[in-house]
Amino acid sequence: MTASTVTSLHDLILARDVLVCSGSGGVGKTTTAAVLAMEAAALGRRAVVVTIDPAKRLADALGLGGEGIGNVPTRIEGPWDGELWAVMLDTKSTFDDLVTTYAEDPDQAARILDNRFYRNISGALSGTQEYMAMEKLFDLHVDPRFDLVIVDTPPSRNALDFLDAPRRLTRFLDHRLYRVLMAPTRGVMKAVNVAAQAFVRSVSKVVGGEVFDDAVSFFQAFDGMEQGFKERAQKVLELISSPSTAFFLVASPKRDTVEEAAYFAERRADVGLPVSALIVNRMHPTFTDALPEALRERADHLGDTDLGGLYRNLADFALVAAREDEHLAGLSERVAPAPVVRVPFLRTDVHDLTGLGIVADHLFGRI
Amino acid sequence: MDPAQFFAASRLVIVAGKGGVGKTTVSATLALAAARRGLRSLVIEVEGKSGLAAMYGRPAFAYDQVTLADAEEATGRAAVEARTLTPDEALVEYLEGSGMSRISKRLVSSGALDMVATAVPGIRDILVLGKVKQIERAGVADLLVLDAPAAGHAISFLQSASGLADAVRLGPINNQAKDVLELLGDPARCSVVLVTLPEETPVNELVDTAYQLEDRVGVSLGPVVVNGCYPDLPGLGADPVEAAEAAGASLRPGEAEALADAAAFRRERMALQAEQVGRLADALPLPQITLPYLFDAELGPSQLDQLADAFLDGVAGLPGPVELS
Repeated sequence: MTASTVTSLHDLILARDVLVCSGSGGVGKTTTAAVLAMEAAALGRRAVVVTIDPAKRLADALGLGGEGIGNVPTRIEGPWDGELWAVMLDTKSTFDDLVTTYAEDPDQAARILDNRFYRNISGALSGTQEYMAMEKLFDLHVDPRFDLVIVDTPPSRNALDFLDAPRRLTRFLDHRLYRVLMAPTRGVMKAVNVAAQAFVRSVSKVVGGEVFDDAVSFFQAFDGMEQGFKERAQKVLELISSPSTAFFLVASPKRDTVEEAAYFAERRADVGLPVSALIVNRMHPTFTDALPEALRERADHLGDTDLGGLYRNLADFALVAAREDEHLAGLSERVAPAPVVRVPFLRTDVHDLTGLGIVADHLFGRI
Repeated sequence: MDPAQFFAASRLVIVAGKGGVGKTTVSATLALAAARRGLRSLVIEVEGKSGLAAMYGRPAFAYDQVTLADAEEATGRAAVEARTLTPDEALVEYLEGSGMSRISKRLVSSGALDMVATAVPGIRDILVLGKVKQIERAGVADLLVLDAPAAGHAISFLQSASGLADAVRLGPINNQAKDVLELLGDPARCSVVLVTLPEETPVNELVDTAYQLEDRVGVSLGPVVVNGCYPDLPGLGADPVEAAEAAGASLRPGEAEALADAAAFRRERMALQAEQVGRLADALPLPQITLPYLFDAELGPSQLDQLADAFLDGVAGLPGPVELS
């Protein structure tokens, strides 16, 4: 790693308002997000890190366990000039808060919160999580306690969905099915043509009449709030598309995760929102310049002796390192001008602040 | 345990775990191991492109069923097949099968499925699981291996049936949800194999997932697969200089240090792995099968063969039901 890479990572942490960490599962996104947040705190920023993964990874990484961290920011004390806060997204309470904020009166909020259809979409079922992660991100961004929000996202195939979440909400509210559902309450039933009604009947045949009734009463209860929701979605979208948001792509040196990361970077570049940095975690250490084949041959020649075992082991790691280099070949060009930063696979697992500190030392070139 | 008995326990095995732990590798291994014991295996993918086909040295596949490994008379190996299920295609197929083909095309083409899926998020999952159930009932294979979505999503994926059975009380979706619940709850038809790496965070998540699956989904759990364990080697604790003397060999400059460092790295990671495997055994009373970390190359047919060997060894080492003589 070069000094300029470190400078550019520090510049991003100092200059941006939002850092989004994306990547496939198991590449150390959560750890990276936590490390960036710690570094930001060390650089004097008031940083808050959000994990939206349902598994309690951030809690693990921060050594806080399952109970110590929740939907409300928790301050983590440490030897930094700034502040470090952490949040674990609770999809349902975030949605409830949003409904309460935008409801015209407490009655409307209560009607929505009690609706069975609402409880389903706001609960544990997959899909709403991304909306609410974005919502949380925005909420923390406007919270005066913080000047930097760092978000850990779901795996990268979903990361594209994640970025699309506000638009999906807007589309949902704009969809003609929704307007057909809303029509009876707005007294324009006559305007709903026969085809649309037939269509509604078709859909209700598939999902069942009851869910439809629940949906209708949900939308009726929701009436008047959709404008607020849409405006909010628009603002969230603007925030993540603005130059004040940086995208950190996190990968491990496996062929498929590297491929996914490169794909994601190219899609981002396509829409004019290039990634800011690519962090490759879990690189196996390089112990030797010798070729793996030569080492293997030596090991085979030495047979079952201790020295044979030692050579076999060295050959194993030389092979892994060579393979990882091969996977990363060409990656810099694909994600350019974003820097590619390599972080080694450590001898110990990262599960506390000390471990995060070691990763930070590698990430920022202090080791 | 006799592998025949192991593979006969339930026709559908759902392979689940945190992202990056090797679910697809384990799915591929499990299917090959079963095929070697003469069971026709079908791997079902639900998350788009994966490395599954490449592991068998075959081109990528789509919704139509493909053969990953042909049956071999000489060895008694049965065929391994695979297919991908997507919610849209599962829905169209389902509606057509229920005499609603006209609706189905409009639902998909008008984007209404997206709309409905947004409104009732578990619907995509239930469509896929409903299709899995249909395949299970049709008896097209002796063993179905479902490569499930990553851990957090696996829970909501498998929970979609109970969520929807409650949310949608009538109609075809409700019927699907009920049938899927029945399948998931029947240990003779379905079990879940959880996969982890021997590392702290994946182990923690596996334990969480196991309890949630048992409590919320009521599905039966098979053995846990610990993937990526470094195989032991002789001499890892030996001093390279002494080992060289003992072997009557000479070392090149700097090589003693490289050998010692690499050996120390492996020893430390192995000690950590052993600690995590032990912690997993303490936290979760499920038998374990360990699969080796393969240094040699990308996973291809010969690596998959090694993994299938290790898997079958692992199955043979499982405690079986006690035979009364």
